[in-house]
Amino acid sequence: MSKILFKKQLSKDVYMMRLDAPLIAEERSAGQFIILQLDDDYGERIPLTIADADTKEGSITIIFQVVGKSTLQLSEKNVGDIIPTLVGPLGKPTHIDNFGTVVCVGGGIGVAPLHPIAQALKKAGNNVITIIGARTKDLIILEDEMKNIADEFILCTDDGSYGRKALVTVPLKEICERSPKPNMVIAIGPPIMMKFCSETTRPYEVFTQVSLNTIMVDGTGMCGGCRVNVGKEIKFVCVDGPEFDGHKVDFDNMMARLNSYKELEREAHSCFLEQEIKDKEALR
Amino acid sequence: MSHHTHEQLAEEAKKLIAEYLYKIDDMKAKERTKIPPQEMPAQDPEIRSHNLDEVALGYTMEQARIEAMRCLQCVKKSCVDDCPVKIDIPRFINHVAHEEYDQAVGVIKEASLLPAICGRVCPQETQCQANCTVGKALKDVDKSVAIGRLERFVADWERATGKIAIPEIKPETGKKVAVVGSGPAGLVVAADCRREGHHVTIFEAFHKLGGVLRYGIPEFRLPNDIIDKEIDVLKAMDVEIKTNFVVGRTRKLTDLMDKDGYHAIFVGTGAGLPMFMGIEGENLVGVFSANEYLTRANLMRAFDKGHADTPIYQSKNVAVLGGGNVAMDSARMAKRLGAENVYVVYRRTEVEMPARKEEVAHAKEEGIQFSFLQNAKKILGNDKGRVKEMQCVRYELGEPDASGRRRPVLIPNSEFILNVDTVIVAIGNGSNPLISQTTPLLNVNKWGNIIVDETQKTSVNRIFAGGDIVLGAATVILAMGEGRRAAAAINKMLAEEIEKEKTAMN
Repeated sequence: MSKILFKKQLSKDVYMMRLDAPLIAEERSAGQFIILQLDDDYGERIPLTIADADTKEGSITIIFQVVGKSTLQLSEKNVGDIIPTLVGPLGKPTHIDNFGTVVCVGGGIGVAPLHPIAQALKKAGNNVITIIGARTKDLIILEDEMKNIADEFILCTDDGSYGRKALVTVPLKEICERSPKPNMVIAIGPPIMMKFCSETTRPYEVFTQVSLNTIMVDGTGMCGGCRVNVGKEIKFVCVDGPEFDGHKVDFDNMMARLNSYKELEREAHSCFLEQEIKDKEALR
Repeated sequence: MSHHTHEQLAEEAKKLIAEYLYKIDDMKAKERTKIPPQEMPAQDPEIRSHNLDEVALGYTMEQARIEAMRCLQCVKKSCVDDCPVKIDIPRFINHVAHEEYDQAVGVIKEASLLPAICGRVCPQETQCQANCTVGKALKDVDKSVAIGRLERFVADWERATGKIAIPEIKPETGKKVAVVGSGPAGLVVAADCRREGHHVTIFEAFHKLGGVLRYGIPEFRLPNDIIDKEIDVLKAMDVEIKTNFVVGRTRKLTDLMDKDGYHAIFVGTGAGLPMFMGIEGENLVGVFSANEYLTRANLMRAFDKGHADTPIYQSKNVAVLGGGNVAMDSARMAKRLGAENVYVVYRRTEVEMPARKEEVAHAKEEGIQFSFLQNAKKILGNDKGRVKEMQCVRYELGEPDASGRRRPVLIPNSEFILNVDTVIVAIGNGSNPLISQTTPLLNVNKWGNIIVDETQKTSVNRIFAGGDIVLGAATVILAMGEGRRAAAAINKMLAEEIEKEKTAMN
C-alpha cells in the first residue's frame, strides 16, 4: 500500500508521481523497477522503472506514459490517493563503474529510467554524453535534469520541433566515429529505438546496454512471461535483467511478444474511455 | 465413466445407511470390504467445463459415514506410515463413522493444520491410500478407503459450523520468526512457530497469500474461499502478515536478522523459473509457461473477463505439454476460458503420467483430448510471430529407465502437424533465483535448490528452508511436511536459547 505524495504532468501523456515507499527508497539502485496494481482483486500488474528516490522523505519517483486502461487510471489518481499494491525494487541494479566515456541515449519516456543511471555514472567519474530524443517537442521530458549531469548534451526531435531534427541514432553514429570511440552506450527507450541504437553501434563494436520492459506478471522469476532471446539463451527480464547486451537481444521477437494482448488491450481501453465519456455526460 | 448426480449418490448412501448402521461396530472385515466404495459427487462435466466452481462437491453426511465404515481399523495402520504428516487416520475415520465430527476434526488437527486443502489436493492414491488393507483385499487401489475425501468432509463440516478452532498459543517468548513465502510450507511454519509463543511475520511477494495454492491451483479444484479461511486462522493467531514484500529485494534475507531483529528465518519461496522444452518457436506469441497461464487466470482473475484488467490469450486450439497435475490444471483452465480443442501432448502413456488419476479422469470427462506417445518438435509461427501450428513426433515405449518407467523411443520420420494457436508448457520449474542471487552465503545445489540438513537448516545459521525451493517441484503435502520439520527445529533452537538466557540471568 502506498500513498501518492506528489503528482505532475510532464507532457501530454506523461506523468510523474512520488510515492510513499520508505523500504523501496532505501534499497533501490539505478536500473531497478517496481510493480504496482490499482486494485487487489482485478487490477493488472504494471512494471515501471524507478526514476528517482528520496530516502529522507521515504519516497520513490515514477514516470509513466498513458498507453492503456491501467496507466490511464493511474494518471487519474491524485495526491493523497492510495495505490493498494506496490512492490519492489525488482530486477538487478545497473552495474556502475568508471568505464571512461559513456553515451546515455534516452528515447521518449525512456529518459526517466535513464536519468538515475546517468546520474550514478557521472558520480562514478565517467565522461557522460547524453542524447535525448522524442517524436516531438511536447514529449521531451527531464531536459534540465539530464543537461545538468551531462558533460555533453544533445537533444533531438523526429520532427525538428525542438533541438536537432534527427533520430537519436544520427548523433549516436557521429559519436561512435570519434576517436577514441566511446567505451560504452546505454540506450533506453521504445524497443524499436533500442534496436536501432544497437544496430548503429554494432559495426563500431561499442558495448551497448539496453533496458527491457517486457510483459510481466509476478516480476520475481516465477511466470516466465518476460522471457527474451539473448544470444542463444532464453533470459528472464525480471531476474536476469532488465539490462542486457543490445547486440544480443532479439528485438523483433521481443516486440512481437509485447504485442501479445494489443487487440484485447485496445478493446479494454476504448471500452473504458467510452464508459468515462458516458459517466461524464451523465454528470452534466 | 457415466456421471452420477449428487442426488443419485446421496439417495444411494441413505439406503446403505439403513442397511449397515445398526451393525456399525459389529461387522467382520469381509463384510466391511463388501460395503460399496462411495463415489465423489461432482458437477456435471458439460456444465462445469464452462464454469470455475469446484468440480468435486464433497460427500454427503451419509456417504461419509458409509465410506468410514469401510475402514477395517487395522492394527498395521500402513495409511499412517504413508502419510507425510502422520495423521492418525483410522482414529479420525472411526469418529466419522460414529458421527463424532468434532472429534474427527481434533484428531486431524493434531497433525495437519490445513485439512480442507490437503483433503482436496493431496495425492492420496500414492500415499495413505496406496497400501490400504481394503484396497489390497479388493486388489484395486481405487477401492481403498477414500481417506482424502473423508478428510475433506471433516474439514468442510468444521467450516460449515462456522467455528473453526483457533489453536492454543503459549505465552509470548519475545522471539521473532520470519517466514518468507506464504505457500503450504510457510503457512505451516507460521502456525507451528506461533503456537510456541514466538512472534511470527509472513513475508509474501504477491498481494495475496497462499503461494501456489492461490496462483497455481485453480479455483475449480481448490476454491479461494478455502484458502482465505485457513489464513483467517493464522490472522486470528496474531501472525503478522506483510504482502508485496520481496525478501531478497525489498530487504536482504540476512537484513531481516541483522537489521530487523528476527531470530530465525524460514525460506519457503517455492518454485521458480518455469522450464521450457528448448525447441524452436518457444518464444512465439501464444506460448506460455503453465505458471504464467495459471497465474493470469487464478491470481489475477483473468477468467472474469468482464472485471479483470489482466488479459488472457484468446485461444481456439490449445496444446498443453506435460503430464503432471499442472498440465491437467492448465488444460482444464484453457477449456473453461473458451478453447474448443485442448490437447495434452505427453511423451509416454497414461500409465506413466504423473498426474493424479482423478484429475486425468476429470479432464477426460470435460473433453480434454490426450495425445499420448507424442511430443512437440517445433512450434511454427505466422508472419506476426504468433503460433500457427506445432510439429509433433511420435514415440513408442522401450525398455524401463532408471525411474522404472518404460522409456519412450522416438519413431523416425513420424512428424506430423497439430493445428494449434496456443501452447502451454507444463514440464516443471527450476528454482527461484532471487534469494540465492542476493544471499551469497546460502549454499545451493547445481539446480539452484537450497541445500538443507535433516532438520531443514541451511548453510547459514538461523536460516531454514523447505518446500519446492528445496525439493524442486513437489507436492503441497510434502512442502507441509518440510515446514513442520523446520518449525520443530526452529522451536527447539529458540527454546534452547530462551533456556540459556534464563540460566545466564540467574
